[in-house]
Amino acid sequence: MPMTDMQQYSLPDAQGHFGPYGGVFVAETLMPALAELRAAYEASRTDPAFIAEFGHELKHYVGRPSPIYHARRLSEKLGGAQILLKREDLNHTGAHKVNNCIGQALLARRMGKPRVIAETGAGQHGVATATVAARYGFECVVYMGSEDVKRQAANVYRMKLLGASVVPVESGSKTLKDALNEAMRDWVTNVSNTFYIIGTVAGPHPYPAMVRDFQTVIGKECLAQMPETFGRQPDAVIACVGGGSNAMGIFHPYIPHEDVRLIGVEAAGEGIATGRHAAPLTANARPGVLHGNRTYLMQDENGQITETHSISAGLDYPGVGPEHAWLKDSGRAEYVAVTDGEALDAFHALCRFEGIIPALESAHAVAHAMKIAPTLGGDKLLLVNLSGRGDKDIHTVGECSGIRF
Amino acid sequence: MSRIQSVFQNLQLAGRKALIPFITAGDPDGELTVPLMRALVAGGADIIELGVPFSDPMADGPSIQRASERALAGGMSLAKVLDIVRAFRAGDTATPVVLMGYANPIEAMGQAAFTAAAQEAGVDGVLVVDYPPEECADFTAGLRAAGLDPIFLLAPTSSEQRFRDVAGAGGGYIYYVSLKGVTGAANIDFDELARRIPRVRAAVDMPVAVGFGIRDAAGAKKIGALADAVVIGSRIVEEIQASPRERAAANVETFVRGVRAALDEAAGATP
Repeated sequence: MPMTDMQQYSLPDAQGHFGPYGGVFVAETLMPALAELRAAYEASRTDPAFIAEFGHELKHYVGRPSPIYHARRLSEKLGGAQILLKREDLNHTGAHKVNNCIGQALLARRMGKPRVIAETGAGQHGVATATVAARYGFECVVYMGSEDVKRQAANVYRMKLLGASVVPVESGSKTLKDALNEAMRDWVTNVSNTFYIIGTVAGPHPYPAMVRDFQTVIGKECLAQMPETFGRQPDAVIACVGGGSNAMGIFHPYIPHEDVRLIGVEAAGEGIATGRHAAPLTANARPGVLHGNRTYLMQDENGQITETHSISAGLDYPGVGPEHAWLKDSGRAEYVAVTDGEALDAFHALCRFEGIIPALESAHAVAHAMKIAPTLGGDKLLLVNLSGRGDKDIHTVGECSGIRF
Repeated sequence: MSRIQSVFQNLQLAGRKALIPFITAGDPDGELTVPLMRALVAGGADIIELGVPFSDPMADGPSIQRASERALAGGMSLAKVLDIVRAFRAGDTATPVVLMGYANPIEAMGQAAFTAAAQEAGVDGVLVVDYPPEECADFTAGLRAAGLDPIFLLAPTSSEQRFRDVAGAGGGYIYYVSLKGVTGAANIDFDELARRIPRVRAAVDMPVAVGFGIRDAAGAKKIGALADAVVIGSRIVEEIQASPRERAAANVETFVRGVRAALDEAAGATP
């Protein structure tokens, strides 16, 4: 698709394809369930009653709209472009994840499903799912790799407080991808009464498009807020990318605004060259098929999925949403990666200069903004999606400084 | 006529049902897979489904998950699975071999390269769990052109329209998934299958195999009365795991022979 066609950007196609990416790569048992979900979502997304209820919940339960905050001290310290933060960290539950969970919960209720399941890595999507399950009265089961259960005891307890069952997953690498496998196995077993709330813009169609649509509230607010508060649209929008839901949420409304650079920031872990990272786009990993869609994947030469590494559990995933794969190939978005160390530096900088403790995921986006801001003029505007708050990460950060709680 | 077609034709003439055991290639190690395949044939297997291990086997229960992990830990790969088929073929040109696995190892090798290599190695059919027909039309056409059968799944959730659509895309046989769940699950419902299988057979013009969750001779006998073929996987994989390495082939052969006898008994009893 040539750049001029970005004005009419309308992917995915009816089969859920973003060029060669996306699609519906699942076992036969789930094909009818996905067809049912597509039909329910298509009917709901244009239904004024559904749209109104979604908007009402986002306003009164989540606390939207979230503000855009000018990080003046940090910008002055860096001596270049102005850094603006879209404050998704101020949402109820502390991250952007809840936007999508509310959308899918409303859909589950419409479809008459009494039970919801989810996968989670660090626990943020699990907590958001448990939250909406309590809010709407669903039975809730969250799958979490047993390694992550050990590392994220507080979030496990949070989910239990909210009434969810947390199932530790012992297979494979015992992390997020294995939790996703196990959630798929639950879904295939309980498909008639269960709604699978996927937390990111990956999985089989319609999930990548549906999760994106629920998250575009972020970018749509920015489109209105930027001219009101800052007189114009930003020069660049910067967001971290694991699966990529916060990035798609803020990028998507800006795709037709071709003078706005879209920059996705992946986790370089210990460095791209070390192989210990979670940056399939930046590292030009080979595309393949996993978790229901075709996309860039971290894999070995035999097509086995390899273990990833990032200090941020939310970015520690071997794939990436298929729309990001397409945006990379088309050139409309750029993808870069920052290391664990750079993300930690940004975490501390935001704490000390702005009084904001960011999630380690979001700190990756801040780190890249801090890298490029000094190279740009003081009149340039960098809009960073501050996708979550960092209370959950203080143990990880403390341990890096040799502190044990 | 393909090897798979001629197996089903001969069985039909004899009034018998096909027994299709599954094992994971490379479990517990690559050296033992060909002897295990020969043991399956000696015990009475008509077709062998050979599992290609994958790091993220989403449709499999714990037994086959663990088998895949053991195989991958031992260095098994799709290329080595094809070597195993080649070695098996050197001593057996009659028993069809169907590779069963997931899409990504094939994507990594390249669909066309895989199809050519599989044909050369002596593979007869390919079942890719996460390639539904609508996502693999080119791959399916390539398999057919190479004389390989693209084998697809149908499920308890599939509509009668879906029966026809999927069967239209596939070859060899239809693999009907007996339950909502993963391989080796324990929630098989024989009464429901007795209602569903005749409808599948009426809608598709090809043999119907039933698998997932069939664990013993008694279960195989019940399925044999309904379908053209019975697939048993997890139970055999468990037998291999529970056996000392040097006893694994003999134990598997004994188990398969018991199932074979029950199937033939049922076929004899069916008018």
